[in-house]
Amino acid sequence: MNSMHSSIATGTSEGAWSQAWRRFKSDAVGVWSGITVILCLILVLFTLLGSLAANWEKEVAIGHAPPSWTLTDSDRIDASSGSAGSLPNVVLYEPTPTDVVDPIAAQWELAQKAVKPAGDQVNALATHLPMGSDKWGRDVLAKTIKGAETSILVGLAAAFMATILGAALGAVSGWYGGVVDDLSNWLYNVFHSIPGILLILAIAAVLNTKGTMAVVIILGTTGWTGTYRLMRGEYLKHRHRDYVRAADAIGASNNRRMFVHILPNVSHVILVQFSLLTVSCIKAEVILSFLGFGVPVDGVSWGTMLTEAQNDLLVGKWWQLLSATAAMSIFVTGLSLLTDSLRDALDPKVIH
Amino acid sequence: MSAYVIRRLWQMIPTLMGVILLVFFLFNWVGGDPAYLLAGLFSNQEQIDSIRAELGLDQPLTVQLWIFVKQVATFNFGNSWTTGESVASIFASRLPASLTLMAPLLIIETIVALVLAIGMAWVRGSSIDRGTMVVFTALMSVSILVFIILGQYILAYRLGWFPVQGWSEDYWKNISTYAPLPILLGLVVSIAPNTRLFRSFVLDEVDQDYVRTARAKGLSEPRVMFVHVLRNALIPVITFVISNLPGLLLGAFLLERFFGIPGVGREIILAVERSDFPVIKAVTVYVAIATMIFNLIGDVLYRLTDPRVQLR
Repeated sequence: MNSMHSSIATGTSEGAWSQAWRRFKSDAVGVWSGITVILCLILVLFTLLGSLAANWEKEVAIGHAPPSWTLTDSDRIDASSGSAGSLPNVVLYEPTPTDVVDPIAAQWELAQKAVKPAGDQVNALATHLPMGSDKWGRDVLAKTIKGAETSILVGLAAAFMATILGAALGAVSGWYGGVVDDLSNWLYNVFHSIPGILLILAIAAVLNTKGTMAVVIILGTTGWTGTYRLMRGEYLKHRHRDYVRAADAIGASNNRRMFVHILPNVSHVILVQFSLLTVSCIKAEVILSFLGFGVPVDGVSWGTMLTEAQNDLLVGKWWQLLSATAAMSIFVTGLSLLTDSLRDALDPKVIH
Repeated sequence: MSAYVIRRLWQMIPTLMGVILLVFFLFNWVGGDPAYLLAGLFSNQEQIDSIRAELGLDQPLTVQLWIFVKQVATFNFGNSWTTGESVASIFASRLPASLTLMAPLLIIETIVALVLAIGMAWVRGSSIDRGTMVVFTALMSVSILVFIILGQYILAYRLGWFPVQGWSEDYWKNISTYAPLPILLGLVVSIAPNTRLFRSFVLDEVDQDYVRTARAKGLSEPRVMFVHVLRNALIPVITFVISNLPGLLLGAFLLERFFGIPGVGREIILAVERSDFPVIKAVTVYVAIATMIFNLIGDVLYRLTDPRVQLR
């Protein structure tokens, strides 16, 4: 009650962020793309915690089992109760009896028991799955979800690294000017004069280690230039504004003015840049993994799935390609549309 | 004007030194000792020492840097580590294939994107405009790999309209048989981002006073859009296309790889796979130089076509 009174008394106006939120809420495309992105991120979180797609590497179906929705009713009957192919859903596992004297029989039996005790239930391999299976009988749907985890996390981490690098360098460069600015500009010119994809490949060549961390480092160290240029411009613009000079007058330190006073006023630029970079990093990760410079073969990402999908397609198995492509398009389209809406909502100069 | 060009060339020197330092740092420090890479798994110290001496790796870092600067200045990067072919001849022999593919692609994609951009700017704000933009965003979110994989599979492998892959010595055979499908796929991939960009260039022009004057004179809408607006929107388009020329040479590396085209892009991928450092070093330095020069050409052309722009 008290706080309400005081806000009326002082006539607090609506803050920039709540204004932006109000603008954002009125944009249907933005809201729906936001929901899509959040759902995808929740999915990634569940995968990360191991409650989803944890067993993606397990052989759960016959190789190249088709997606269930492609089967007609007659196919289904054939598969479940056909004359020859009567596959029960659950079979009892029995070690094979042998009459030949086997020198390692005793140890073999022990080893067998250690792996699977006799009488244990073994799931028969499925003949169809919601999104089919790959060459080794792994569930494509689980693989896609696990691949989403890798691709999205790599994209977010690399974009985070690039944004932080660019924003910090841009802020320092625009704020201090002088030699710092000259040096940073020189570094920017150097990185900017080498086409992005070439720099990525050159760093991939020298790192010569495969793995998700390598991809994050490659994309993080090459992607900062755009954010740097924008942030430098923002800090140049803001450092002589009245509010910053007022902060100086009351004795705020350099760091305080840079990060407490100016940073909140330019944070929308950082947010939009982060979102744009995530999209480009996910796309780059897919290509790097496809070329074999990214996620190693024992891992799974949308890029490695596309590599396998290319070979699958030659034998007419299209579902892995469809699955990875659809997942990637949903997330990337959602994020791109969200970025457009965020930019419109956060920039008060855009006429609505 | 000449003073401007000279100053810009002068300003390139520190950037070029930076590029050389960056490449040197990457390949001589981050990359580790290439002698171990070259000598292979089963090598003795003697072999490694002789390779190090041959590459100048036993020298102090400053001497090695000086060797590298001399290599850049004399266009002599030595030989490829894997094939022994000289780096210069690798590029001379791979460039024609890349150009055969990229030159028609560049011309077609620029014209198509420009026409589409003007068309979309014409109906700006309508449901067609907004719908197309959403479709383009969705198209851009599909990986370039998917377009190439599907295009090659459906159009070449299944329907047999094009050869699945291949390249020949004969220019006309290449341009008529092997190049059309890669060019078509390159066009599909580039049309969405280019149209979006060019549309924003056109939209910058449509609200200008001269456009209103042209309409007030009673000119037809096609004449306003395709003569008055187009001529002005063309300026940033030309600058964009020219400054992107060097990068374009590499941009086709996926197309070259999928379709077995022996171009520069495929060569770079092979070099990265084989840790063939001289090739990658040479490409990085020269493409950076080319990018700087083409940026300058773009800026100068901007000045020549738009007298309002003042170059300082």
